[in-house]
Amino acid sequence: MRSLDQLQFTTRRQFFGKCAVGIGGLALSSLLNEKLFASELENPLARKQPHFKPRAKRAIYLHMAGAPSHLDMFDYKPKLVQLNNTDCPESLFKKDRFAFIKGVPKLLGTPHKFAKHGQCGMELSNLLPHLATIVDDITLVRSMHTDQFNHAPAQLFLHTGAPRQGRPGMGAWLTYGLGSETQDLPGFVVLVSGGKAPDGGASLWGSGFLPTAYQGVQCRSQGEPVLYVSDPPGMDRATRRRSLDALRDLNELQLAQVGDPETLTRIAQYELAYRMQTSVPEIMDISQEPQHIKDLYGIEPGKVSFANNCLLARRLLESGTRFVQLFHWGWDQHGDNRDNDIRQGLERQCRQTDQACTALVTDLKQRGLLDDTVVIWGGEFGRTPLNEDRTKNPSLIGRDHHPHSFAIWMAGGGIKRGLTYGATDDLGYHVTENKVHVHDLQATILHCFGLDHTKLTYRFQGRDFRLTDVFGEVVHPLLA
Amino acid sequence: MRLSGLVILSAAVAAAAPVDFDRQVRPIFELRCYECHGEKKQKSGIRFDQRDTVLHGGDSGKPLVTAGKSAESILIQKVTSADPDEVMPPKGERLTSEQVATLKAWIDEGAQWPEKVTEKKPHWAYVKPIQPPLPKVKDASWPINGIDHFVLARLEKEALRPTSTADAAVLLRRVSLDLIGLPPTVEEVEMFLKDTSTHAYENAVDRLLNSPHYGERWARPWLDLARYADTQGYEKDNRRTMWPYRDWVIKALNENMPFDQFTIEQMAGDMLPNATQEQKVATGFHRNTMTNTEGGTDNEEFRHEAIIDRINTTMSVWMGTTFSCAQCHNHKYDPFTAKDYYNFYAFLNHTADVDYDDEKPTMKVMEPWEERELARLRETVKAAKTQLDEAAALPGIAESQREWEMKAASALTDWRVLDPVTWSSKGGATLTKTESKSLLAGGTNAASDVYMVTARPGAGRITGFRLEVLETGDEKVLGRASNGSFVLSKFEIESDSKQVPLKAAAAEYSQDKYPATNLLAGTGNGWAVDSADKKLRVRRSVCFEPEKPLEIADGATLKFILRHDSKFPDANVARFRLYATTGGDPLLLAQVPAELRPALLAESRNDSDREKLKKHYISVAPELSKWRDALAKAQGTEKKHYDAIPITSVMEELKEPRETFFRPRGAYLSKGDKVQPGTPAILHPFNAGYPSNRVGLAYWLVDTNNPLTARVIVNRFWEQYFGRGIMEVVEDFGTQSEPPSHPELLDWLATHFMDSGWDMKAIHKLIVMSATYRQSSKAPSDLHQRDPYNRLYARGPRVRLEAEMIRDQALVVSGLLSRKVGGPSVFPPQPEGLWQVVYSGDKWDTSKGENKYRRGLYTFWRRTIPHPAMTTFDAPSREFCVLRRSRSNTPLQALTVLNDAGYVEAAQALARRVIGRSCVKDSAELAFRLCLTRKPTSAELDRLVKLYETELSHYRDNVDAAKKISGSSESNAAELAAWTVVGNVLLNLDEMITKG
Repeated sequence: MRSLDQLQFTTRRQFFGKCAVGIGGLALSSLLNEKLFASELENPLARKQPHFKPRAKRAIYLHMAGAPSHLDMFDYKPKLVQLNNTDCPESLFKKDRFAFIKGVPKLLGTPHKFAKHGQCGMELSNLLPHLATIVDDITLVRSMHTDQFNHAPAQLFLHTGAPRQGRPGMGAWLTYGLGSETQDLPGFVVLVSGGKAPDGGASLWGSGFLPTAYQGVQCRSQGEPVLYVSDPPGMDRATRRRSLDALRDLNELQLAQVGDPETLTRIAQYELAYRMQTSVPEIMDISQEPQHIKDLYGIEPGKVSFANNCLLARRLLESGTRFVQLFHWGWDQHGDNRDNDIRQGLERQCRQTDQACTALVTDLKQRGLLDDTVVIWGGEFGRTPLNEDRTKNPSLIGRDHHPHSFAIWMAGGGIKRGLTYGATDDLGYHVTENKVHVHDLQATILHCFGLDHTKLTYRFQGRDFRLTDVFGEVVHPLLA
Repeated sequence: MRLSGLVILSAAVAAAAPVDFDRQVRPIFELRCYECHGEKKQKSGIRFDQRDTVLHGGDSGKPLVTAGKSAESILIQKVTSADPDEVMPPKGERLTSEQVATLKAWIDEGAQWPEKVTEKKPHWAYVKPIQPPLPKVKDASWPINGIDHFVLARLEKEALRPTSTADAAVLLRRVSLDLIGLPPTVEEVEMFLKDTSTHAYENAVDRLLNSPHYGERWARPWLDLARYADTQGYEKDNRRTMWPYRDWVIKALNENMPFDQFTIEQMAGDMLPNATQEQKVATGFHRNTMTNTEGGTDNEEFRHEAIIDRINTTMSVWMGTTFSCAQCHNHKYDPFTAKDYYNFYAFLNHTADVDYDDEKPTMKVMEPWEERELARLRETVKAAKTQLDEAAALPGIAESQREWEMKAASALTDWRVLDPVTWSSKGGATLTKTESKSLLAGGTNAASDVYMVTARPGAGRITGFRLEVLETGDEKVLGRASNGSFVLSKFEIESDSKQVPLKAAAAEYSQDKYPATNLLAGTGNGWAVDSADKKLRVRRSVCFEPEKPLEIADGATLKFILRHDSKFPDANVARFRLYATTGGDPLLLAQVPAELRPALLAESRNDSDREKLKKHYISVAPELSKWRDALAKAQGTEKKHYDAIPITSVMEELKEPRETFFRPRGAYLSKGDKVQPGTPAILHPFNAGYPSNRVGLAYWLVDTNNPLTARVIVNRFWEQYFGRGIMEVVEDFGTQSEPPSHPELLDWLATHFMDSGWDMKAIHKLIVMSATYRQSSKAPSDLHQRDPYNRLYARGPRVRLEAEMIRDQALVVSGLLSRKVGGPSVFPPQPEGLWQVVYSGDKWDTSKGENKYRRGLYTFWRRTIPHPAMTTFDAPSREFCVLRRSRSNTPLQALTVLNDAGYVEAAQALARRVIGRSCVKDSAELAFRLCLTRKPTSAELDRLVKLYETELSHYRDNVDAAKKISGSSESNAAELAAWTVVGNVLLNLDEMITKG
């Protein structure tokens, strides 16, 4: 790999050398051919080979910010229902710190009904009628656990491998490891819905100590789809084109005078920017989709919605974006008011998302994209089997933050289908079987992309950093 | 990518002289072999830190090296193996061909491995630098100062020649950007070009070093190190006031405070004898650590995190070490133990800050004029008070007070209780009438209930009604919510099934944001009285005034409806009573404070009663309003002034020091032996005369025996000028980094720096005066090929400008820049809707006037969402100390300068500056010179003119578009529009965003 890079390096230097001695910008337009550019050593987004044969080319991470309750959606605990409203044994919670629970809490059984679905017989609650129709396409992991019990650190931990700000996000690592597949769109895109940005903020998709070229680009469904992508008022595309032609001519004169290859890269970046100005708004325009697709997702035109973002995510993936990170806030069901209790609050939240997540998997499948696209759905931790009971009002039930167990589902991109993996104890408090730590999940996702998480490193402040810190094991039983 | 430059360098070195084991071979072993074959691990019984096993064999007994025969040597076979299972090292990239060539050459030259170095020789960076003699050079006419001797000696060895001096205008732009971060103005360029004296350049350098903008420019990299920001970090990421610290840095640099003093004041200014306000503000350096205000977090844990950050930052900023590795275990490559780490911890563990939400300890930071003004305003308040008291003593006031007392007393007593006739609860509560005719709610407590009561007031006129919420039960609760509170949403009265319109409501007490007026229309949050707070659980009344008095017939019934419909469930009133009045002012009762009532109603008043009443009357008497207003105004002015004085965070030492413990594996909750303050044994000794605290630590950092600080600091300066440090990995001077390209030059600069008394401006001057710095950055292709990253300095520096400079430059060339130095951070325009932080309602409120056009350094820095135009150009989020910014080149950068409203505005302003010259060419030339300092070539000029003419004809046909792009509706909008497009192109030129 190295020698190949070096060869290209030399080739370009030699080519460039001719420019500097007088041919000037003669052949520059051909040099700006994207294929040639993509192989530039200087281009941080140039395509790179993975460590081994990948199963996935793309991924979409549907992050349910606030942390959905595994006990009411994915992990049925009859015993907990039986012991509902009895004191929690002290041995269970004694060592735990909670965000809000005080004193001796009471156990809380789920008020929702569960049933088995599909050929595989995966057990889900009735809050997820749509997902229930595709259980044979997904894998449910019931044995996730994390180290963090507050939203921001837990989200950072999940996406950057460390509970503090300043580390690169998973998408940044992937872009650093593999480059970008597209020259017209950002390779790593972030979409946010649910009325709020996630607690961890832009650090969740930041590049940390990696060069900023690897950071996620937030696309918006309202206002400018990408910051600064629109020409200023009063400048049409033709003027922009003419001004970029002038810019290129002047830059070429500079290149001929001074001879810094960086100028060449700059010229190319302006051309990419020009192309993005057309391609990004096109991709973001979901109104172009046929009606049956709009109905499949249940989009709400003109609004910021989870369904719109799911459809957008598919369009981006289709057009060459490698990693879409989608955040949907609103899963923090503490039960401290009517809007966020485990009955109506959680139900509303599921209603807003169930159809669109399911549509995304279905749509990817019908387009033949599911085989090499990993879809991951999950929150940053789970919720307690205990009633938080903050208001002391029996009409409200809620659960506090719970790092010891939670559930996620995955689909496509080399992930098994119809599998339910791992288990928790009778109360859903601790994982008892096939534990999957956040670092293991990260290692597994990188593995799907053909990357060895122990080898994808970046040297910073004197040491090699990884997404998985010094931990993480690939969870092979999840892989098809 | 980074290696490529070095590869070429080391190849060149290898060709020049026999291989030097210590300088060339050992570093390869250290970097690539020690991890598995070193002091700690000896896989296959081989260790590359000693010669025996390498020259004579490890477990296998086969020598790895056969002197004189590289091809037969196992070492070479292993590192060049094509078999991925065989090749060494097994992890990471293969050795480069140059590294292999070095090893081969070393073996072929006899594999000399000097015996003595099998004993551990300290790493070069831990040995105090000694000023090296200036090397001899062949071309003695080129060097201007010492720097050039080292650079030229190396170039001559490489058979390279320096490039000629840059063009005067280009050089002036370069040095101006480097020293003050701003390009020169056209006048400054002309002045410089006119100065034909031999000192012209030096004069310009001196002018720049004395500019107030010098401090701003050099504060920038220091603020990255100091992780200076305007918010706390973590979740809500609330604001904090740290800009006084930022201004301290600017001022200290402008005053050329020696670097040792600069260090001591930031590390321990608060502990210096008679510490001044400024010295305390300087300690903000280590108060820039993040503060966590999330629920359920342990303040002590995040205090610990802050100490960890301070240790790592201190050792990185001054010592260029990766000491942070030793937090969890002994450093794997450098000689620092975990014990060293916690000894160091003990120096910093005694400050009073404990991750408090309010950032304490803090202090008010006053300019001298602010202090004087505060004293003056306090005098004004005092005088206004005296005048009010004097006015209150005037005859007539006592008389009107008596009248008021009578009115108020009757407003309190002139109420009759309405006896409930029927009552019911919609939610199913049981209402019980008590002896005192109140209604007590019990039984079912619906989430939101409606109480209905009827009463017969008796014949007569009613001017007002009153609802009294009473305390009940052992807990004296007012409401039935679990916390004892109530929220009433609406109060209605019906007469003959018709609503009685109510025009006003007033309560004795209302919770913030829950005013009684909400009850009239049932809007807002409703009415509440803070009754969750046990201390505030006393009976509360709310009075209502109907639109017109009611004439009630004998036996007629009124119906009262109390509606609860709050988002807080269960908050129904627990017990209440209803009243009616015939008095003249039914709302007056609510205005008489409860504590005044006993005095008002007392049969005979004592002195204290009289005093209370008098005091209250002065506060409400209509005839004293003039004096009262004057006092309120004076107090308001004082408060406004006081509040405007910033409060910033500072370090403060505890009187009782904390104990410090070793933390096995670095975990916050693990606790080992108690430790004492100390510095790593491998480094220079901690002088016995130093106090064993932060002050002593600061002295130790700038001790002239310190092998690192001076090297690390001058290297970072050098990096700012040349784009890369002499030691490229500026953040790590340990054994894992490539050694410096010019070790003697680094030592010469470091010793020079210390000998000058740590004079920062002197070092800057030395660098920019050198012939090395003044070279043109133009280079033939073979030089680019040979030395792509200019590590040999055979040409001048050419690097992309940093984020702040790109902004500042656009403001200078367009004439928009505000040159104001210091003050609170500002909010230049940014795209809408970026600040959407969970649990934070903070808004980006765009600055007005000159604050829109301040230097990038002053842009408000929110850690979770820094300004996007900054981060796109690699500005960090400043959560932690940033030792080196990357310099990327991306399409998002292009979009930013092309389309960001700020840059478009700069292009418009530039258009206005150049329009209306005698001819288009003149305007184009001026625009070019404003932007790039130099004169355009004729090809460049022609291209600009061509663009202008095309766009002029386009905008003449599209007048509306012309108005929009030019931001002008005047008759010359088309011309302005065309020049705006030209300006937009100029601002985006590669040369523009590059220092060349």
